[in-house]
Parts: sequence; C-alpha cells; structure tokens
Amino acid sequence: MLSKRIIACLDVRNGQVVKGVNFEGLRNAGDPAELAQRYNEEGIDEVVILDVTATLEGRRAMAATVSAVAKRIFIPLTVGGGIRAEDDAAAAIDAGAEKVSLNTAALNDPALITRLASRYGSQAAIVAIDAKWVDGRALVYARSGQSGTEREAVEWAKEAAERGAGEILLTSIDRDGTKTGFDCGLTAAVSKAVGIPVIASGGAGSLDHFFQVFDEGCADAALAASIFHFSEHAVRDLKELLRRRGIPVRL
Amino acid sequence: MLPRQAARAHAPQHEGIAVIALIDYGAGNLTSVRKALAAVGAEVSIPRVPSDLDTAEGVIVPGVGNFQRTTALDSEWRDGIIGAVERGRPLLGICLGLQWLFEGSTEAPACVGLSLMTGQCDRLKGSWPLKVPHVGWNGVEFPRASRLFEGIQNGSQVYFTHSYAAPVTNDAVAVTTHGVPFASAVERGHVFGVQFHPEKSGDIGLRVLKNFLDAV
Repeated sequence: MLSKRIIACLDVRNGQVVKGVNFEGLRNAGDPAELAQRYNEEGIDEVVILDVTATLEGRRAMAATVSAVAKRIFIPLTVGGGIRAEDDAAAAIDAGAEKVSLNTAALNDPALITRLASRYGSQAAIVAIDAKWVDGRALVYARSGQSGTEREAVEWAKEAAERGAGEILLTSIDRDGTKTGFDCGLTAAVSKAVGIPVIASGGAGSLDHFFQVFDEGCADAALAASIFHFSEHAVRDLKELLRRRGIPVRL
Repeated sequence: MLPRQAARAHAPQHEGIAVIALIDYGAGNLTSVRKALAAVGAEVSIPRVPSDLDTAEGVIVPGVGNFQRTTALDSEWRDGIIGAVERGRPLLGICLGLQWLFEGSTEAPACVGLSLMTGQCDRLKGSWPLKVPHVGWNGVEFPRASRLFEGIQNGSQVYFTHSYAAPVTNDAVAVTTHGVPFASAVERGHVFGVQFHPEKSGDIGLRVLKNFLDAV
C-alpha cells in the first residue's frame, strides 16, 4: 500500500537554514546538508528546500546548496521559492533536485507548468498554492502571501493538474506558523478535486495534527519545518504514531 | 568472450571499476542517477553515439515521461543496446526504461519497445482515493529470489513516480500494488528493470544499484 509521505522543509537563505531551527543538540544545525542528512537517517520521505532569498547571489548559492544536499541524501528533493522562470528550474534540476515547486511564476504564466512538464516530466513539476479564506472562499495568494488573486484554490489546483502539474503543495496562510493544525477542510476539498497527489502544509504543531490531515484532510503527504527541528526523534515518533493509528507509512 | 576482452583492452584505465553506459535520450535528468551510481562505486559514461556502447560493461536506460520519448532511441541505438546484451553485458531499465524493455505501451501504441520482455504496459487505473500518477513510497513483494534484491527484505519500500506500469509476468521479481498489481522489477538473465527510482529510494535503492553492479 502506498505510504503517506512526511516531508521536511528547509528554509534556506544564502546557504543556511534560517527559520525555526533549534540549534540544540546539533553542532551545525544551520547547514542544510547536515540537517537533510539527519532527517534522512530519521526516516523522512522527502526534503523540500525553500529558497527565501531574493538576490542573485542568493540564487547562485542555492545551486551549491542543492548540490551539497543531493550528494548526501538519496531520497526525493524539491526546490521551491526561487523558481521564477524555466532557467531557474533547469538550474535547480541540474544541481540535483528531482522536482521544482512553482508558485507565483505559475500564476503569472500558467503555461510555464506545461513547459516544465514536457521538458522534465509531470513528476518534476509541483504547483504550490498559498490559500487564505476570505468571505467563505479559499483564495490563492501570490508573492509569498503578499498579493491576493481572484482565483479559488480548488479551481487553480484543477487547472494546474490539467496543465501538467504532478503534485499540488497546498499551504494554508491562515494556519501557517500558528501550530493549530493543518486546514483539513481545505486540503480535503483540493485532494478530492484533483487526481494528483496533494501535499498539505501550514499549521503543524503536534504529531496528532498529521494524523488529522491524513484522515480528515485526505492528504497524500504532509510538509512541516519547525516541528522537526525541535526534536531529535520527531520523524520516527511521528511515523510510529501514524502507523499505530492505521495510517500507512514507511518505517 | 572475444568482444569483452577487446573492450577491456581498450579501457585499461578503468580496470577494477565497472564502466556503466548511462543512456541520455532526453527523457528527464540524469544527475540523480549519476550521483547514486557514483555513491556505489560505479564509473559512469554517457555514450554520444551507439558505437560508444561497444566498450561499456553495463548499460542503464533511465528515463521519465511519456513512452513516446523512447523513440529518441532509434534503430542504431536499439541495435547497440541489443548488441551489448548479446555480448553478455547487463542491462538495467529504470522507470520508463523498464517499460521500454516490454513490447510497447498503451501510452503510445505506435511506438515499439525493445521487446526483451513479453507484454504491454498500461495505465494504472485510479479512482478515489487512489491517485494516478502513483507517487511515493510503496512496498515491493518478491515472488521469487532474484539478483536485484539480494540482501533486501521482502516488503521493503521504494520510491515510485509513474502513471503507466508493466504487467506481472514470469519475469517479475518484485510486485507492487496500486489498485492493481504491477511488475515493480523484472529480471531475465542479465536483463533487469525497476519501475521505482533506485537513485531516490535511500539505502534500499543504493543496494539495488550495487546488486546490478555486482552482475556487471
């Protein structure tokens, strides 16, 4: 049976993991390759590197970071955050990423999804959707949640899938950083509307939240950052809990 | 035996290290496969022309995407690969490369596969809650012992990403179920195929690649 995936997100700026990292118990927790390797040893299923830099120098450093991580772990690696055009995607993939995650660039130029899917295959093209509830509608936001759009998350997810996206990475802006749990309602709505896998993100605060998003939220995968940074054994503990509660996981 | 000896004579610098020809036909990116092969001690070369295969000690056909893409491997490449197999060189197809070992696929009915394995590949049937593409970690069950899975526990999980799959025949040495059972690995003599991505399947995947190298 296909396992539900647990994905660790590393927010990287100028080659260092920057957000929500508790350095305790690690000699150099700021190094993405070391952190990725630790997660790999703990049984993480995938790693996402999120480029939170906007500068050209930062993007050059990104290729080195991706390459360093890809040398250490032999599990799927996604790069997101800095993918503005086809060249950025090519640089990330050449550096060793399997998948790139498109967000604002796909909203500005939806045909980019199709171009990347035909060049690298749909499995390499993830469309990231940042959504926020406004008057009962889950609207899509661009530019890291800065700019609202008139698109609804479910409709945009369906369009992205039709244009060739291989997976949807759905982040709830409302829940992000709140540690109050994933938005299971929104995740389920998107997951049931598209035939491709949906990765839920935003709001993970306890191990129980992951059970909820797989159970009620019908997520195929769940992504989190800080919850994994804070405990040495979080990944394994999480997977053992999920298995006990009947969720198929890789242990 | 003569061609193999000749090949070795032409590549004395590679003595003791298996030189694997990794076929680049534009179907996806080779970086990960190269890195994983390097991690298990293989030396990789990317053949530019089919005759480069003459000196290869093993051949790997990777690839993702539509079956149509395998048409980039024209009759000269096919002859080169078949020739290597006939000389006793092990061949490993990964993902689309496994599907290409079969006679064809309903994904591109006009394209003919290498036909080293019997049967047609077909689309996985997905209906809620099953999703297609089949993406993620799933178990491999072994109907019989094989060289590819030497030292690997039955039921181990490996990483998949695909929409089409090969039928379960006598050549299947690993079977995975996503709605229907399909061949997640095949082995006939020194021809091998894996539907999953050994380069992305952690230690299990590296062991599969090592086992292939041991056959070289």
